[in-house]
Amino acid sequence: MQNTKTYEREGVDQDTVNAVRTVGERYKYGFETEIEMEYAPKGVNADIVRLISKKNDEPKWMTDWRLTALKRWEKLAEPNWAMVNYPEIDFQDIYYYAKPKSMEKKPKSLDEVDPKLLETYEKLGIPLKEQLLLAGVESGTENGENGRKVAVDAVFDSVSVGTTFQKELKAAGVIFCPISEAIREYPELIKKYLGTVVPQSDNYYATLNAAVFTDGSFVYVPPGVRCPMELSTYFRINAENTGQFERTLIIADKGSYVSYLEGCTAPQRDTNQLHAAVVELVIEEDAEIKYSTVQNWYPGDENGNGGIYNFVTKRADCRGDRSKVMWTQVETGSAVTWKYPSCILRGNESQGEFYSIAITNNYQQADTGTKMVHLGQNTKSRIVSKGISAGFAQNTYRGLVSMHPKAKKSRNFTQCDSLLIGDKCGAHTVPYIECKNNSSRVEHEATTSKVDDEQLFYCHQRGIGEEEAVALIVNGFCKDVMQALPMEFAMEAQALVAISLEGSVG
Amino acid sequence: MSEINHTQQKIDTYVMPVEANWAVSVRERALNWIVEHGLPNRKDEYWKYTDPKLLNSTKIPEINEIDSIENSIFDKLSRINLVFNDGLFDASKSDDIKIAGIEIEPLVDANQKTKHWSKDYYGALEKTSQDPVVRTLASLNTAFATQGVTIKVTKKISLPISITYLHSRETSDILIHHVVKVEKNAGITLLESGGVGSRSNSVIEVSVCENATFDHVRIQGRSHEKVAVTHLFANLLENSSMKSFTLTVNGKCIRNEYFIDINGENIKAHIGGAAVGDRGFSQDDTVFVSHNSPNCESRQVFKKVLRNGAKGVFQGKILVKEGAQKTDGYQISQGLMLDDDSNFLAKPELEIYADDVVCSHGSTCGEIDDNALFYLTSRGIPIAEAQDMLVLAFLNEAIDEITSDDIKEIIANRLKDWMVKRHKL
Repeated sequence: MQNTKTYEREGVDQDTVNAVRTVGERYKYGFETEIEMEYAPKGVNADIVRLISKKNDEPKWMTDWRLTALKRWEKLAEPNWAMVNYPEIDFQDIYYYAKPKSMEKKPKSLDEVDPKLLETYEKLGIPLKEQLLLAGVESGTENGENGRKVAVDAVFDSVSVGTTFQKELKAAGVIFCPISEAIREYPELIKKYLGTVVPQSDNYYATLNAAVFTDGSFVYVPPGVRCPMELSTYFRINAENTGQFERTLIIADKGSYVSYLEGCTAPQRDTNQLHAAVVELVIEEDAEIKYSTVQNWYPGDENGNGGIYNFVTKRADCRGDRSKVMWTQVETGSAVTWKYPSCILRGNESQGEFYSIAITNNYQQADTGTKMVHLGQNTKSRIVSKGISAGFAQNTYRGLVSMHPKAKKSRNFTQCDSLLIGDKCGAHTVPYIECKNNSSRVEHEATTSKVDDEQLFYCHQRGIGEEEAVALIVNGFCKDVMQALPMEFAMEAQALVAISLEGSVG
Repeated sequence: MSEINHTQQKIDTYVMPVEANWAVSVRERALNWIVEHGLPNRKDEYWKYTDPKLLNSTKIPEINEIDSIENSIFDKLSRINLVFNDGLFDASKSDDIKIAGIEIEPLVDANQKTKHWSKDYYGALEKTSQDPVVRTLASLNTAFATQGVTIKVTKKISLPISITYLHSRETSDILIHHVVKVEKNAGITLLESGGVGSRSNSVIEVSVCENATFDHVRIQGRSHEKVAVTHLFANLLENSSMKSFTLTVNGKCIRNEYFIDINGENIKAHIGGAAVGDRGFSQDDTVFVSHNSPNCESRQVFKKVLRNGAKGVFQGKILVKEGAQKTDGYQISQGLMLDDDSNFLAKPELEIYADDVVCSHGSTCGEIDDNALFYLTSRGIPIAEAQDMLVLAFLNEAIDEITSDDIKEIIANRLKDWMVKRHKL
């Protein structure tokens, strides 16, 4: 009985997949731009690290910092505790540096950026009216119809290709530039903050990143400044066999506020590619950072071939009293995701929030969650995680809530719900709860269920097709998290939910 | 390297008994397993919150306080009583065990016989329990334990079987291994009470056949210094049900492991535990429930009251295998901290491979609710008494997992007595 059902499901599954493929909607970011690339030789060693450092015109202290990380990395072993399976990665068979040739000489203005690169961003269709801006037409379009502005830093393989709205941000005192530039222009800030949240030796992938990171974004919001627009970075892996190792550092100084968006895509390939990024957030007294991610790396095809290995370390350090951080993530892509955006709540009355939607379909695997480390008094954290698993996918929530003895009167609430679509997938919850004082309160609840038949029936009755209905129900299931996203992202995320689940029901 | 040496040293402190061939081969299998995997150490994820050093060490922990006579908790119940004195079966103090529908034999005798029903059961569930997590302390028990009882039940027995542990020597280091088989349509209640020894490692292997029931209530001794690891391994077949409840009071390092294997439809498995402890109390409940068949229900209810630097640990996992549709899994772990020094550490896990299931877990920890306390004190109840009432109410959900109302009452009363006594001191 059960078997027949599965068979039917799979049968329809294939049809839908085929139909979707013909329309070319499956993974619409899966194109490759043919641009002449410049590669460093494959593999990682001290020479490669020096080369990357040299290509970025880095000062000696930075080169040394990288080399220290490399030494540490060579001694570390790859972690294996996550509930993900993938063939061993040959870290010496990856290009650690790839750069579009036309970037050889840094363009003096955006006009000189290779038009093909800009074309890539146009194809991505990201919430970018800034396409034109990326191409260098800075005036005129700045006040788009809805008046909402987003400054964008686009990173293509290893290199940042352009940042928009520089002038306006500068007027507000906000620094938003590629991290390679920041290392040259603002060495004091970099020295003060780089590696203080995620130390060089933090974990295997973060250490590798510290040695070979090529670019990324740097944001500094000075005291008392509310960043006049949302900042956004767009990452794209383009070249084959490359790893993308970007490093993002955001500092919100006393009483400041910034909202930051991050998006990612990669071309469709049948080999696996590696992405190991590090994001460090520093939040001083009374400051707030809102960090939203829509991760849409290529997930591999429906047979589990190809896709991105996404091993990311993200951490926020709420140093000051009353500081606040909010992580929101929509994880729909990547063949394997290993990602735990965390909050260290050091300041008294600091707050950390984590909202996550992780959707896995076909053979995708995601092991994701958060850590809330309560160190200060009266600190608060909230975790809302929604995992959706379909096809043959495995989806794990792994989290830690830790109340230290000194974190008196702190509070945590965790809710992680899993939804299973199909009987061949898995949903897992691995929370760690450590409470070391009695005035704090920790609450954790988790449920696992399937798409409700009654809800489906109701939708059918109203003439809504199977897939559409499931997308609707899943979007409802994710509502709490969707609401935490900035407007543009919320729209994109809703569409992504539907796309990611295509072919999952029949 | 040093771990392997340590394992070898520990093994060398035991002697393997001369027994029937089948028993010897089971013991050798277990021994090889230990040699291959080593004894647990602090670095093992499975021992993240409890240091197995005290359970592992070749040195027997010194103990000054022994569990005295308080073990007579089930005295008022009519029962079949089996007595172990410092880990040795004491036939003179035990009741006559010739009753229809039940076959009881000390392990030491059963393992000598070339033909005995327990042949296919001794060490069998311990072996199954080694996947997915290695439990070499249980293997150590299988390899070297000579004491324990084998119980085969062929009918519904209304009289509970009670195992009473008497503890009199300060240096007792005990391995005890019980094998229980509840045959088709049969049913039994197994009670355990008292401190097994200064240090103890116990294993109970229970096979519950079709339509059978198994009820288990265990009261662990009251010594503040005792060190104990217990393993309850159960295999449940179609339409069977089991309930197990453990009350832990005091102890320096108490680890209770459970491995419940659900193999058949319409099975119910309920595991509950209440722990109350202070000064250096460290208690750990590690539960693994594996749903291998559809339409089954499992519950895990664990409550811990902690004060004075006590540590309460809960590691629970519900595994729902592919095809185990319509599973109803529930898990709750709660810590109540009476002062600021205590720790509550929990890792409640779900691992689910079937879509049509209802599985949920909750875990909370915090102090006594101020509002509730205020309400009671405003009604003229002294604060200490009001606290006790709230603590008892908190533990009640776990005690409710016991089937028999009589036993429920005995336990609730005993807890109340202890609390009253504490205030008088």
